Amino acid sequence: MTAVELPGVAPTPHPPDEELVLDVRDLRMRYGTVDVLHGVDLTARRGEVLALLGPNGAGKTTTIEILEGFRMRSAGEVRVLGVDPGRGDERWRARMGVVLQSWRDHGKWRVRDLLAHLGTFYAPYATDRIIRPWPVDELLDAVGLTPHASKRVHQLSGGQRRRLDVAVGIVGRPELLFLDEPTVGFDPAARREFHDLVHRLADLDETTILLTTHDLDEAEKLADRILILAGGRIIADGSPDELARRVAGDAEIRWTRDGERFVHVAADATGFVRDLLNEHGDGVQELEIRRASLEDAYMALVYEEESGVRAGTAAASVWRQGSTS
Amino acid sequence: MNPTTAAVRAGVQRGAIELRNSFTNAQDLWNYFFPTIILLVTMFFMRGASVPGTSFSLGARTLPSALGMGLAFGGLLGLSQQLIVDREDGTLLRAKATPNGMLGYLIGKIVMLSAVAMIGFALQLTPALFFLDGIRLTDGGAWLTMAWVVPLGLVATLPLGAVIGSLIENPRNMGLVVLPIFGLIALSGIFYPVNGYPGWLQAVAQAFPIYWLGLGMRSALLPPELAAVELGGSWRHVETFGVLGLWAVLGLTLAPVVLRRMARRESGSRVAARREKAMQRVV
Repeated sequence: MTAVELPGVAPTPHPPDEELVLDVRDLRMRYGTVDVLHGVDLTARRGEVLALLGPNGAGKTTTIEILEGFRMRSAGEVRVLGVDPGRGDERWRARMGVVLQSWRDHGKWRVRDLLAHLGTFYAPYATDRIIRPWPVDELLDAVGLTPHASKRVHQLSGGQRRRLDVAVGIVGRPELLFLDEPTVGFDPAARREFHDLVHRLADLDETTILLTTHDLDEAEKLADRILILAGGRIIADGSPDELARRVAGDAEIRWTRDGERFVHVAADATGFVRDLLNEHGDGVQELEIRRASLEDAYMALVYEEESGVRAGTAAASVWRQGSTS
Repeated sequence: MNPTTAAVRAGVQRGAIELRNSFTNAQDLWNYFFPTIILLVTMFFMRGASVPGTSFSLGARTLPSALGMGLAFGGLLGLSQQLIVDREDGTLLRAKATPNGMLGYLIGKIVMLSAVAMIGFALQLTPALFFLDGIRLTDGGAWLTMAWVVPLGLVATLPLGAVIGSLIENPRNMGLVVLPIFGLIALSGIFYPVNGYPGWLQAVAQAFPIYWLGLGMRSALLPPELAAVELGGSWRHVETFGVLGLWAVLGLTLAPVVLRRMARRESGSRVAARREKAMQRVV
């Protein structure tokens, strides 16, 4: 681990884990009389990529802004890089990167000037292990902006602008990176390149990444672990595969026989298909077995949370009806 | 390198880059030159008229007053405008997300606005010398006076501009500041001596830094006899220093508190909310 000693770190009641980059326990947030977060728990280890999913208004932005140190929390214990973000100093700030949703700031600046300038703030925070800042030419190359280095920022296309945002977020070679809906407005090629960059950051540089997205496919590709935030708490935490399995052991089986289409939902898909084939043999055509996807899991979990709170409906039955109709 | 030193250096660099960006931008150049041209034209037509009670050119009296006004204007409006715009578009949030970024940002703004003020100063002074008589530029005393009036004027007005800029969140409300400042300029004896005004109006004018910046610049650039037509019949250097100094202390005390409060409240969602508002304005 790093040899950097951080001043002002209060002793923690639970045993401090050096590998935990994010450690959030019972985080609560209240605006006036409205509770937005009711006890969020989450942790992230070094080099882990976490995707935070959830419907709009679930508290994703609030959670991230508290972790970034941009917003004070109402209650709960939060450690980001071992420091309480409410009391993080500039040394702490230098160890993390925030990719902001940009709009039109620094429009007159040239791309290279901006990255070089922002990089100089990080130079004093270089350590033996991490050289800061990221050299501008390498950084431009990593985000694919080398051909646009001397363009002014307002001349960039939407996707190029977004890549510049990412470059600004990582210029200080952060140990922890926050990405808020990073690929909105990307074309498929830019998205693929961006995903490669995220993998590279997480694998080679051991950067811990927390990203929010509405693109479940992206979450599945990028994240080691997915957290679903709904109704102000984390309702699911696990790998994409685990989540899909947790929601539905059931699979959907479709086939045709004598020109007629059939759909069946079964927990033991293999057994069902064995029986089906034994009974009808060659009569069964176009057989298709579909396991629950992350999207199914997401929809079911969020539905469960939202309707469960109101009516106490059993989610499993809702899920079954929803998928067979 | 010490992080604070690094941030100060980066701030100076930021000011230089922004200055260069600004002076290669047609819109900005127009904004710098247009008021200068208007002022020069005004002074050109005022050169024949004389200061009441003297035979001295009213145009020549206006030049130093206008230079003082330019400093006040740049300090009060320049910084507040930039803060409002930079807050709306997320520049400030980026600074906040960078270690010591706010320090660098502020130093950058101060460097840039001071440089713009100095350039504006030279742009007005140089051409005016060709058609106005009586400006004492070759006098060492003139430069000595300017050497304290100009920096003190900037220190008295820039922090106030920062306070104004921190308090106004919506760029549309800029008019709330611009109009009173124009009113103050009309009161402050920039284009015409205040001697004829009622006493209470003179008192109002003398409570604000614009009057004293005009007076300070006149004391530097005009012949000593002209002091006779000022209030109290003197250049009142001590009072100038006192009032500008008080505003400087007030601004420097308030600005860090207000700026910190404003910066603390900045976050991605606030910038996003402002973006949404601005988009609605455009549509």
